Amino acid sequence: MSEPTLLDQVFAQENRQDPYPLFAEMRKTPVARQPDGTYVVSAYEHIVTLLHDPRVSSDPAKRGLPGPGQEPAFINTDPPKHDRLRRKTTSFFGPPHKPDLVASLEPWMHETVNGLIDGLAGKTRIDIVDDVAYPFPVSAICRVLGVPREDEPKFHDWSGTLIVALGARFHPEGQEEVFQKAIKASQELMAYLTDLAEAHRESPADDLLSGLVTDEDPDRMADEDIPATSRLLLIAGHETTVNLIANGMLTLLRYPEQLERVRSEPGYVIRVVEELLRFEPPVQMIPSRSALEDIPLGETTIPAGSGIILATAAGNRDAARFTDPDQFDPERQDGAEGQHLGLGGGVHYCFGAPLARLEVQIALQTLARRLENPRLVQDPPEYRPSPVLRGPIHLPVEIDAVRPA
Amino acid sequence: MTGPIAIVGAGLAGLRAAETLRREGYDGKLTVIGEEAHEPYDRPPLSKQILTGWVAADHTTLPRLENLDDVDWELGRRAVSLDLAGKKIVLDDGRAVPYDRCLIATGVRARPWFNETEAELDGMFVVHTSDDSRALRQRLAAKPRRVLVIGGGFTGSEVASVCRMLDVDVTLVELADAPLSGALGGVIGAVAADMQRDAGVDLRTGVRVDAIESDERGRVDGVRLSDGTDLDVDVVVVALGGIRNTEWLTGSRLAASALGIGCDAGCRAFDGNAIVTDDVFVAGDVARFPHPIYGYQMMTLEHWRNALIQAEIAAHNMIAKEADRRPHVSVPWFWSIQFEVNIKSVGVPSMADQVVVTQGSTADRRFVAAYGLNGTIVAAVSFNDGRYLEFYERLIQEAAPFPIRLDNVDQATGDDPVPAAFPPQSELTNRPTVVLTGHSPTEMRVERKETEETAA
Repeated sequence: MSEPTLLDQVFAQENRQDPYPLFAEMRKTPVARQPDGTYVVSAYEHIVTLLHDPRVSSDPAKRGLPGPGQEPAFINTDPPKHDRLRRKTTSFFGPPHKPDLVASLEPWMHETVNGLIDGLAGKTRIDIVDDVAYPFPVSAICRVLGVPREDEPKFHDWSGTLIVALGARFHPEGQEEVFQKAIKASQELMAYLTDLAEAHRESPADDLLSGLVTDEDPDRMADEDIPATSRLLLIAGHETTVNLIANGMLTLLRYPEQLERVRSEPGYVIRVVEELLRFEPPVQMIPSRSALEDIPLGETTIPAGSGIILATAAGNRDAARFTDPDQFDPERQDGAEGQHLGLGGGVHYCFGAPLARLEVQIALQTLARRLENPRLVQDPPEYRPSPVLRGPIHLPVEIDAVRPA
Repeated sequence: MTGPIAIVGAGLAGLRAAETLRREGYDGKLTVIGEEAHEPYDRPPLSKQILTGWVAADHTTLPRLENLDDVDWELGRRAVSLDLAGKKIVLDDGRAVPYDRCLIATGVRARPWFNETEAELDGMFVVHTSDDSRALRQRLAAKPRRVLVIGGGFTGSEVASVCRMLDVDVTLVELADAPLSGALGGVIGAVAADMQRDAGVDLRTGVRVDAIESDERGRVDGVRLSDGTDLDVDVVVVALGGIRNTEWLTGSRLAASALGIGCDAGCRAFDGNAIVTDDVFVAGDVARFPHPIYGYQMMTLEHWRNALIQAEIAAHNMIAKEADRRPHVSVPWFWSIQFEVNIKSVGVPSMADQVVVTQGSTADRRFVAAYGLNGTIVAAVSFNDGRYLEFYERLIQEAAPFPIRLDNVDQATGDDPVPAAFPPQSELTNRPTVVLTGHSPTEMRVERKETEETAA
């Protein structure tokens, strides 16, 4: 077997705790052809260019890859289908039709996070992931989407299996077996969501899924697209925000003066979350784009038909765009404040961004305020298997006490 | 730089220039002169949200991004002349405002209806100031019988769109073959024409308004078109573009004409001999500047974003050291919203001779069209599909070849480009306004030509 490439090394579990030196190596060849013909793009400028380039496709079917056998969700489609699906979904989630939805959840979010932290009273050792970072976003996406919270153990397993497939490149079981498991998990999840959609059709409530199934618009979403859309939102809604909260708390514990500022300065957490999306983004790369035409990029041309991996976490540390990119600095003034790639960009810019931002702002600020003298037990912590959706499995923290809300 | 600095014009460009001066450390005397009594306000909503009633006419005041409390605001005051040698601006109350550096950002005003008697009738409107917009809003809210919009440019088309939103009957008259064809060409203009007709606009192209009738109380009461048609309308909106506010500079020996005020890419005004001045700068709708990516052709752009960027660059250059000066060379953008379609443009479509739809479908009113000239892409226009325009902006910046082929992308038809069908430029803007005097070729000077217009 030949030398492992930089991408291979990024995918290797032992490098999960700190992939950034590998990303720095990667940027030395900002458009790098892999042995299998895929191109990894790691320079900030090039990633931004490709995010806006209509010749870059997100539809795996267009390069002959076998899909999982169901209708794809909008993340895996191109315009115009993408636009129809996403626009319709947006009409039950955000402006202009639902401008207040996310903001209206704020009191509930405070209550939920505080409730989770209340439950830690008396403990001196807690797990940020299991105790807050996971259950909170799951509750949020369940509420927005209209999924019963008590079904969490079911969809947690399905979702986890699907996420592992994103990192299957080096999974010990081998790609084929992982993909087979993923296909099975996807089918079961889809069946579950199809039943759930049916149930909402009969007794609708004020949630996104009910909105989709009871929509009477002439351009309503086709029935066969609804389970795939809900699957996307359910997985994305609870596999990404958890990592942003966990990565965020880990980073704040490594930078205690920042933790203190989050605790004491109202509003400071907003900058912190944006810098976290740059510095420790929960989505590290966008792995499944492809070139529909030859795309000239810098000194390279990506040939039509090639797979493209956008290494957004590498672009986020590009010194050509960010001053001192390896510094965690929520107050950076390099003209690139907020210009991170942590939420993607272009047509596929993170659908749930407003929800995720508010969740993480509230979670981090409440944790900072209520945990008395928090200390990392293990640094670095153990990481989840996926190099794409990267974050700790557990984040054990010792505390002296829990302050009242 | 110790100043004083004077800014003539209190619109978007004037305000952003004042903020930039303060932000970049100029703390000397700063005067902003504005003809309207209002604080600087935003104009795009005047033909949209204010007319629908969604936003009140006095609710578009622009936010101040810097503290400008110590600025001398001369609002409700008009500048009547500029003394280049004496470095002062004379106001309509006779006072003189001295300057060491001066920025001219006087913008445009609405072109009035040519027949002055008809223009005075009750029911005649233009849409350029917030007062204009407030007055028209009141009339539209009172459910007129039918509105006639004269001119199918962006303002006229947006007004027609608002009328349909308010369920007011509207006729739009455009002399060219299609609305928006001056800015976007006849091919894309035809899409706009379909949009208007589908929305219920009575669109009449290739005709002009010959006469506006009035009743005994001086109210608009019908119009006669050049094809002999009589229309029963009680409101007329004149949307025939703007006139650049340069007349006050007639005696100033600056390169000011109906075409705008000539300046270099650093926003420094040309004097009448087309020699660059050091202390007079220009920004916004009145600035006529060379654009390198369009063969250094001189152009004026009446776009929101251009006013903003050019004002910031002009202000920076007013107080910067020579080596730190910046050029105004970014690719132009503009947008419009009408008939529930978001139109965006990057580059300068009217420079092009060819156009091709590269993405989406005109039938769906979701598409991008690329514009080319002599084998180079010069612009792109999107209808409800603005997200990709940054890609096209980059192609324009790189002077990429045209036509670009996107055969496998987003419903592309693979069609070949067709002529973009821009109407010919009006003669009005091409008239010479100066004459050359002097005997020796090295001692020639430019003198302003006395015409009826300038003499008046």
